[in-house]
Parts: sequence; structure tokens; C-alpha cells
Amino acid sequence: MQFFFEALIGGLLSGVMYSLVALGFVLIYKASGVFNFAQGAMVFFAALTVVGFVGKGVPLPIAIVLAFGAMVLLGLATERFVLRKLVGQPPISLFMATIGLTFFIEGLAPMLWGDAVQPIELGIQDEPIPWLLERFDIVVSRFDLVASGIAAALVVVLAIFFQKTRIGRALRAVADDHQAALSIGIPLERIWAIVWAVAGFVALVAGLLWGSRNGVQFALTFTALKALPVLVLGGFDSVAGAIVGGLIIGASEKLAEIYLPPLMQAGFGGNFGGIEGWFPYVLALLFLLVRPEGLFGERHIDRV
Amino acid sequence: MLYREAGQFKASFAEDMQIFPIRQDRIAIGLLLAFAFFGIPLFASEYWFSAILIPFLIFALAALGLNILTGYCGQLSLGTAAFMAVGAYAAYNFQLRVEGIPILVSFVLAGFTAAAVGVLFGLPSLRIKGFYLAVATLAAQFFIVWVLTKFPWLSNNSSSGVISAQKIQILGFSFDTPVSKYLLVLGIVVVMALAAKNLARSGTGRAWMAVRDMDVAAQVIGIPLMHTKLTAFAVSSFYCGVAGALYAFCYLGSVEPDGFNLDLSFRILFMVIIGGVGTVLGSFLGAAFILLLPIFLDNTLLPTAHALGLPFSNATVSHIQFMVFGALIMFFLIVEPHGLARLWQITKEKLRLWPFPH
Repeated sequence: MQFFFEALIGGLLSGVMYSLVALGFVLIYKASGVFNFAQGAMVFFAALTVVGFVGKGVPLPIAIVLAFGAMVLLGLATERFVLRKLVGQPPISLFMATIGLTFFIEGLAPMLWGDAVQPIELGIQDEPIPWLLERFDIVVSRFDLVASGIAAALVVVLAIFFQKTRIGRALRAVADDHQAALSIGIPLERIWAIVWAVAGFVALVAGLLWGSRNGVQFALTFTALKALPVLVLGGFDSVAGAIVGGLIIGASEKLAEIYLPPLMQAGFGGNFGGIEGWFPYVLALLFLLVRPEGLFGERHIDRV
Repeated sequence: MLYREAGQFKASFAEDMQIFPIRQDRIAIGLLLAFAFFGIPLFASEYWFSAILIPFLIFALAALGLNILTGYCGQLSLGTAAFMAVGAYAAYNFQLRVEGIPILVSFVLAGFTAAAVGVLFGLPSLRIKGFYLAVATLAAQFFIVWVLTKFPWLSNNSSSGVISAQKIQILGFSFDTPVSKYLLVLGIVVVMALAAKNLARSGTGRAWMAVRDMDVAAQVIGIPLMHTKLTAFAVSSFYCGVAGALYAFCYLGSVEPDGFNLDLSFRILFMVIIGGVGTVLGSFLGAAFILLLPIFLDNTLLPTAHALGLPFSNATVSHIQFMVFGALIMFFLIVEPHGLARLWQITKEKLRLWPFPH
């Protein structure tokens, strides 16, 4: 039982990290209806930029600020040179354009900063918390806890930003209806620029946390793929959905990885590790059959 | 001057409905096929066959499969490579386990196996679309590759799921030289491309396009949504499955499940986008483009960089390849969403009027 809890907590905490990537997707999708497949590449780009600046002798906080600047530039350039030209195209074209953007960034980032696996030192130890270890005999990494704390703080800040500020209201208006928002005088292009900058910031945070955990490497872009089932589960346009979806995916894939292979081994023989690789997708697929708009997504009504 | 259809009158319904209604097109296609079957084998070198022509034809077939699903029926799929893998492994197993089965039959059966798997993963498309479906097909991509790696029966207990394709023999003639493999692949691809072109013009094809343009409207005018979408998945996966079988048997010889990864799926998707969504010709143009571009970059970038004295390594070239691919995708989506095939069509329109454009 104790082992079960340990796996569950580990899964939940890594789920928070998925949520962090998923959050970037949701932000852009909410505000512009673009499903930004390049979010994972942006995470990779952000982390690599920080590492690159640190490698050049820039202190970490300044490197983070510089990387944030780079992310904003990247977002602005994307908005200006790609998305603005594609306004009014079917969403699927926009989606494929962001796949192109993914490849572009995946080539650009290592070309600027090199493609060796590099560590980031954030100064948080990846060790079990002694108090929990003594009291309940459960191993919970301090790093995971801090990471999920940061993620939670980010979510709260974003929620306040969306609900309470002027820009947040404008963002929600744009998400609701581009034309109506334009007609009441909301500057669409500025809003999109802000959204891409915020998504860049979220990518930066995700990149820092993921990068300091596993090292900054190309594999970071795959974390973005894990964020997709999170989105399907939570709904593409819900910040809360991204969090809850992340927790569900994180916990269930850990538990599946631990408990399913022995069962399958008993059934078929052989070695069935690596279930984590597909379990989230199949879970999302099954979930789609039951509730296509996700847990918190808005139900979409088609009209001819 | 040359390309003018004036004076070609259609006197019967059959003539009006023929697949290439313009005489010049028929002649051009005939010449092209004659050249592909008889001309190319005369002078192409072994390298050309095994490194360019055979993969070109196989990728064109896979792109054609994806084009049926994405271009004609509007269902985005990111799992093409997985369906190819199903085809490859199915063909291998039919050859291995069924005594004396002809290779072409096992290719067809491989196609049907892939079609069955495609329908299974196409089922969610009845309720979801767009990005959601893309995520669902990602499930197919990861799940199928995992199954092929982990169930040793499928790869005849070889380590890490590597299979070596059996020798190809048809009526006692063995296809073991690059030229003969090329001719075999060419024959299959030509037949299937013609079939696809015809299918796209049939009632099924029109139903696909109606669903692509707006599925609710299509349903309202009486197109059975489930049947239409699932046939698109089945036919598309059939093509991908045969392409996968050819990929294993005629191109690589031995394949592993990880070879059919997401990257391959993306490459085929790019072929469709750049070549032209919803055209048969586009699949071929796109496959040629995506296949030749890296070779072209490899051969031009390094010498240019050396000539200019820039410190270019092979890694840099591969990064530049990524960037060029990405930039091209965005460029085509912005500038010419219908791809190379559309450019060709524009050329033909111009040629019709040339040299007197009014």
C-alpha cells in the first residue's frame, strides 16, 4: 500500500510537469484558436537558451531574463510572419503550420547553442524529504514538490491574470469571437503578441524545471507530446483542465507502468515494460469516445 | 500551342468520363510510363535505384494513402508510419507462417490487415475531429510500435523486433536485383495510383470530399458519415500497409519497429502538404521533393560552406535541414496551400492559352 502511495505521489508530481507544458497549449488555444504544436519545441528552445547563456558566463537569473526576451521575440516573430498570414484559414492548416514551426525551432535551437546534453543547476536538491520519510516512510522528492509548487503558483497567477486584469478580459473576449472583439476595439494583433509572450514564459518555466530534472536535450520536445493527451483529457480551452488532466495522466501512467506489465506477463509471457510510452494516448483515446470535449472543455455545437 | 484541347469532342458518356480526358495528357502519361518502365532501367545506376527511385515510389504510395485520408476525407492522421509497420509485419508473417503463399497475395493481405487496424483506430473519428483526432492517431502510432516491439511472436522471436524480409519470388522469377525490385514496385504503385485516381472520382470519393468540406452538411444531405469515414480509414491504411510491406521487402530488406517512428509519419505528412492536399499527382511530387531535398542540401551546403570558409559540420547540415523543412511547410501553407500539384495545374492552365493569352 505504501508503495502504491509512493507511486501515486510520484505520478501526480510528474503530472504537474505535464500540466505545465499543457498550460502553454491552452493559453494560445484559448486566445487565438491555434493549436500550437510547437509548444514542446518552445520548451526545448527556452531551456537551451538559458543553458547557452549560462555557458557563456552569464549568471543564471540574467540568463533566464535573456531567455525570456528570446522567447518573446520568437513568439512575436511567429505571430507576425506565420499566423497573421494564415488568419481565416481552417484550423487544421494552422495546426500543420505549427508542425512546420516545430521543425524550424528544433533545427534553430541546436544550431544556435549546440546539441550536447547540458544540465541546468537551479539549486534545488533532488532528494527525499526527511520529514515524510520518517513519519510515513514515503519517498517524495523535494525537487518534485518545489516544481509542483511553482506550477501551482503559475496557475494561480495566470488565473488572476485572465479573470481580473484588463488584458485578461480582452484575451477572453478575443477567444470568444475574433470579429466581435475587433469591433469593440480590442487590438487583436497586440493581444496575440501578449499571448505568445505569456506562452513563451510558461515554456521557459517548463523548460527550466524539466531541464534541471533530465538535462536539457532534444528529448524535451517529446514531453510536449505527452501534454497532448493531458489536453484531450482536460479540454483544450480550460486552464483547470490542463492541471487536472496532467494529474490524471501522470498518476495513471505511473500506476499502469507498475501494475500492468506483471499482469500482462502472466497472460502472455515476455517483457512488457514501456507502457508509459502509449498509455496516456490510449487513455485519452478511450476518454474521447465517452466525452469528446474533455472534462472541462466547452461543448461545441456545429451549425451548417 | 502544344497543349490545346480544341477539336477534341466527346461523343459518348464513356469518353466524357474517361480518366484522362485530354489527348495530350494521355500521350504524356503513356510516354512517362514507357520511360519509367523501359527507359530508366536502361541507364540508371544501382545507387539511383536503391537510394532514390525505389524509396521515392514507396513514399509516394504511402503519401497517397495519407492523402486519401487527409486530403480527400479531411481526417488528419499522425500515425501513417504505424500503419506502414502493420503492413510490413503482416506481410512478413504471412510469408513466414503460410506455406507457399505467393508474395503478391501476402502484400494484399498485409494491406487488408493494415486496413483492419486502420478502421479500429479510425473509430474515434466518428465522434471527434481535427486536433482531437490527431491525438487519437498518435495513440495508434505509439501503441502499434510498442506492440510490435514487445510481442515476440510478431517478429518470430527476433531480438528487439527486427525482421528480415524474405526473398521475393513470383512464378519462379526472383526479384533480387535493384532493377527488378524497382520494376515490381513501379508496377504495384502504378496500379494503385490509377485505382486511387479512379476511386477519388467515384461516389465514394465524392462522399469523402463532402465530408472533408463539412461533415455536418454532408450528413444532412444523406451521406452516411460512419461508413464514409471508415472507408477512408480503411483504404488509406490499405495503401499505407502495402507501402510498408514494400518498404520492408523491396527497399530496406530488414526493418525494426522503431524505424516506423513519429518522424516517418511527419515526413509523409510533409510530402502530402508540400505536394498538394487532395491530389494524386501531389503525392508523387511531394515524395520526390521531400526525398531529394536532403540529398540536395547535403551536396550543396557543405561544399558552399567550405568554399566560404564557414565552420559547417554534418550536425549543422542536419539542423539546417530541419529548419528548411519547417520553413518550407510554413511557406507552402501560407503561399500555396494546395502545394506543388496546384503549381503544375496553373502551368497547365497557362499552357492552354499560350502564346495568345486572350
